[in-house]
This record gives sequence, C-alpha cells and structure tokens, in this order.
Amino acid sequence: MSPKTLYDKIWDAHLAHQAEDGTCLLYIDRHLVHEVTSPQAFEGLRMAGRTVRAPDKTIAVPDHNVPTTPGRNDPEQMPEDSRIQVAALDSNAREFGIHYYPVSDIRQGIVHIVGPEQGWTLPGMTVVCGDSHTATHGAFGALAHGIGTSEVEHVLATQTLIQRKGKNMKVEITGQLQPGVTAKDITLAVIGETGTAGGTGYVIEYCGEAIRSLSMEGRMTVCNMAIEGGARAGLIAPDETTFEYVKGRPHAPKGAQWEAALAWWKTLYSDDDAHWDKVVTIRGEDIAPVVTWGTSPEDVLPITGTVPSPEDYEGGKVDAVRRSLDYMGLKSGTPLSEIEIDTVFIGSCTNGRIEDLRAAAEILKGKKVKDGLRAMVVPGSGLVRAQAEEEGLADIFKEAGFEWRLAGCSMCLAMNPDQLSPGERCAATSNRNFEGRQGRGGRTHLLSPAMAAAAAVTGRLTDVRELM
Amino acid sequence: MEKFIKLTGVAAPMPLVNIDTDMIIPKQFLKTIKRSGLGINLFDEMRYDDNGDEIPDFVLNKPQYRDAQILVAGDNFGCGSSREHAPWALLDFGIRCVISTSFADIFYNNCFKNGILPIVLPQEEVDKLMDDAARGANAVLTVDLENQTISGPDGGTIGFEVDSFQKHCLLNGLDDIGQTLEKGAAIDAFEAQAAQARPWV
Ligand code: SF4
Repeated sequence: MSPKTLYDKIWDAHLAHQAEDGTCLLYIDRHLVHEVTSPQAFEGLRMAGRTVRAPDKTIAVPDHNVPTTPGRNDPEQMPEDSRIQVAALDSNAREFGIHYYPVSDIRQGIVHIVGPEQGWTLPGMTVVCGDSHTATHGAFGALAHGIGTSEVEHVLATQTLIQRKGKNMKVEITGQLQPGVTAKDITLAVIGETGTAGGTGYVIEYCGEAIRSLSMEGRMTVCNMAIEGGARAGLIAPDETTFEYVKGRPHAPKGAQWEAALAWWKTLYSDDDAHWDKVVTIRGEDIAPVVTWGTSPEDVLPITGTVPSPEDYEGGKVDAVRRSLDYMGLKSGTPLSEIEIDTVFIGSCTNGRIEDLRAAAEILKGKKVKDGLRAMVVPGSGLVRAQAEEEGLADIFKEAGFEWRLAGCSMCLAMNPDQLSPGERCAATSNRNFEGRQGRGGRTHLLSPAMAAAAAVTGRLTDVRELM
Repeated sequence: MEKFIKLTGVAAPMPLVNIDTDMIIPKQFLKTIKRSGLGINLFDEMRYDDNGDEIPDFVLNKPQYRDAQILVAGDNFGCGSSREHAPWALLDFGIRCVISTSFADIFYNNCFKNGILPIVLPQEEVDKLMDDAARGANAVLTVDLENQTISGPDGGTIGFEVDSFQKHCLLNGLDDIGQTLEKGAAIDAFEAQAAQARPWV
C-alpha cells in the first residue's frame, strides 16, 4: 500500500462516489447548522419537496445573532431581523427533526464549541458547517470545513458534498514554546509566515512537538484559524490527549463501540514517507507573543515590534498596507506596545473555551481593568460559562471589572448588539480583523487571551511577559 | 440557476488585494432569510458614507461602471467567511464574472453554485485586463465559457481554465442536488458499508 497522509486516509474512508472526470461525492458524518447560513437552504428543500436525509447526523444551534445579556430568552430582546432568523432555525429544526440546542438550553453556545463539547465531533469524521471556522474540528483529526449555503442544502438533502481533493501541506512546529506564548500565537505566526492565501487549495496538517504538547483547547485554536491562512481545513492527528478529551462525552461511543472506534482512531496519522505538496517548518522557540496591526490576519508582528510602513512591502500589498494603516489610525514606526485601546473582547470560537478563560484570569487575578476601558468576556458555551463560575474564574473577571456575558459569537462579528463604534480600538481574542468586522469603523487587534488580559490592565497592547 | 454561456459587458477594476467577504457584504446584511435583494448593499462600507450617501470615488458608483457585469480584482478575492451572501450580493448587483489571480476556496465554489464564473489568470494577464477595465465603457469584455476565452476591446484573446464538471453545470444551469440524487444508489451502498465499519458514527 502506498503511504498516505491523515487527510488521504479520512478522504478514502468517506468517498461515496467518484465520477470519471474526478469529481467526488464525499460522505458527511456530521453537519452543524446555525441560524445565519441555513434559512435559504431549508427553504430550498421545502420548495423542492425534499427532506433531510440524515437528521440524526445534523445538529443545530443559534449563536451568531443571539444577545449575550441577561433576559435574552425573551425573544422581544432581539431586533426583529435577528429574531426572525433565530425563529426560522427553531422551526426548521423542529420541522425536519434534527438535534437542536435552543437559546434557553445551557448547552447552547458557539457551534464550533458545542460540537466537540457534546462529543458530536470525533476523530476520523467528516464535519461540515455553513461557517468557515468549521476548520476548528480538525483538532480531533476530523476532516472539517466550511461550506456555503447551497452546499448546506446539498448536504441536508444528500448527506454528501461534491468535492475535488485538495493538496497536502504539512506545518511543523518543532520544540517547545517560550513562556507566555500560546496556541493563538502559533496560529497567527503561521499565517504571518504563509500569508492569508498561502493555504489556498490545501488541507493543512499541523504537527511537531509544540503541537503535540497542546491541550485539545489549544489545538482547536490552531485549527480554527487554518481558514485565515486560506486552507479550507486544518488537521491534527488524534492521540491520547484527544481520546482523553472525547471519552465520556454525551455523544461519544461507549463500551464495545468505544473500543472499536479507538482501534480505528489509532490508525489515523500520516505515514512516515507520505507525500507532501508543501512543507512549512517553524521553530517553537522562535514564536513570540504576537498581535495584528492591520486589517488582514497576515498583518501580524511580535508585540516587541513597531508598526510597519507601506514601503516595506511589494506589489498590491503596498496599497493594501497604506489603506490598512489609514483605517487603523496608525503611524509607521510606532511601537506596538504604545497603541492604546478602548475595548477588550475575550471570547469567540477561537478563544472562548475554558482554558482560554483560565489563561486570562491567571493574568487578571488581583488586578483591575484600566479606568475607562470596556472589557467583556463571552464564554463560548453555557457549559463553559458554568464551569468558569464553578472554578471561580467568573469572580476574578468581575472583580477586575470585566462584563461577564452569556454564550454566543458576540463581538467576534458583531451581528448582535455587541459592537465597536467608529474609531474605537479593540484588543480581541477572535479571528478576523477585517475592516468593520467588529462594527463599522471599529479597529481590531487580534491576540491571545493572556495578551488580551494584559492589555485590559494597562490600557494598551502589552507584552504579557511583563505581567507574569 | 441561470445559465452562463457567453457574457459581454463592462468590466470594473478593483485592484485592491485581499478583498474579503466582510467588504463584499458586511454582516449587518446577513440577517435576511432570502437570497435576493442584497445588491444594493454590495461593498456597502466602501460604497456609501456614514450618511448612506454614495462615495463618488468608489468604482461601482462611477457612471461608466454602474452597469458593470464583470469585476477584475486583486489577489485572494473573497477571502474570509463562507457566507454565500457574497455571491448573492454580486449577482443581485448584476456581476456574473470575477477575474483575479486567485480566489479563496469557499467563495470560489459558492460562485459556481450561483451562476457566477470566477476566472483565475496569471498576474500579467490580470494586469492587462485591469488596464482595459480602467478605460470604462469603452472597454467591453466578452467572456465565452464554451470556448474558455476572454476577448478584450483591442481584439486580443486570452484563454482560461475551468473545471469540466463546473463548466457543464454553468453552461446548462444545472442544480447540483438533482444530479447527486441520481447517484442515490451509490450513497445508499456507502451508508450501509459505513454503518458496518464505523457503527459509532
Ligand atoms: S465566534 Fe466568530 S468566527 Fe466563530 S462562528 Fe461565531 S462569528 Fe464565526
């Protein structure tokens, strides 16, 4: 047998049909659904008189629009258009008989946090969702990627996706991370290295000692941002850390099925002499705590750096940088650590898990948010929130002056009322710093939860190592 | 889906690189439960000022480009989210073809599902088309999918590549789901075999 990558193995195990022209039908094990990208798909089904082929493999949760303030179970709390979208998901979920976690359910949260938490996401699966950050689930060694609404409808109707196989890219992070450096810094550093289009057409497998040493939470953070590097999916081979996390989750296999699953999962790794179309290697020791300065996730620099100048770039990027600096209100040559911020946002499917909250609380313990600064924590799910309360993290945040919110996407994309005003500058643990992403005219700097906590204390972008 | 066979129209130049889906259609317009009506908000934050008035400098606000059907864009067009609202907005505005040196994968796929043809060309050819597009209404392009060619205002012709399955669907305006359902037997067989091999799924 010729050597295979992890991607090859999962692909082969899900190939339901291959046409002569090479077009493939890939069978989908889990389909996650949220309120923003699904209404038109369900509508399409209804109009064509079709049904959901595998309702048991389809899981819905509202997250993008939902308010994160108390009293939100009352639909009157939502603006009308949001309410209609959430109500549409509600009625579609019930009409088509799919699994559903409504806003009132403690298990509700961001779709990419709920899937793994409930054991829906398992190694070796194919997972799709009408959301580009579906890449998150790759942390389990599942082939997971975002799809558009037409594809959502296609998967609902057929439980398959029309696909052409992507190329294989290996991203190896060797050695160990320095203190203060986290999974978020790894994933941003990789995008800084490859650019936002570097992964286009590839499925990335992250490997190396620094990746192996990460918890599942950290691995999800890394895979989450594979899409910001242009790759549709990121993968990490499952290992004991993965199995430990999965075991006992509500929808994980039990008993003899667990044993059978485990036996297969242990075969899910890239063979030693497998072929890679592209290889990127970064030394873990070389990664510093990073922040973004511009309006593309590739605009990333170590916190010890200075705001670059358009002249440092070539081609179309020169104008893009000029536009970014203008939008961000930054002058070339300013030390990044002198950039003052107005808002801190901790949350999102990149960094809204329990470990992220622990890392931020660790820095905040006994400290206060800088006067006049707005700071909020939005846990990724109701269960993360409950656990953080039990561990005393919520008290640390509240005492420091953070708002302690309910679960949802919130200020990651500001579809709900959590938004920046024009010119407002935010240190955010989310994944996109595009123009207007967190509110029209809002300015976003991406960073890790620990760095966000440090910025909340000092009121400027800060090297977290100074507070450790 | 509307067929795409041959398109002759004005091309608008947007040389900016990394035009992301948030720029194409900002999230405040994602709350619709319909596919139509998004064209008015295409490129909203670049197109209108804070009072909702048109910004005259923005390319699609210029008289010669108001009816553009083709975009010639900078590298990595459509990066960011999976929102199909991006191609819906382009289509609703009247754009049927986007030409760039590269596209983000999900956006690229979403175009085909909506009768929009995304074309990838080498840098020097995109540069040339960008120059042509800068000449406004005097520079009509013809995109011929059947023959996979783009003809410029000066009579020159450029060839392009396109996946044969996607070409077939566009030329005939075919819906993917109907075609896949014809392979129902293969899906049934796969499902039965997978239930044996991986019963925990
Ligand atoms: S948290 Fe942000 S990136 Fe994640 S699913 Fe929600 S909106 Fe998308």
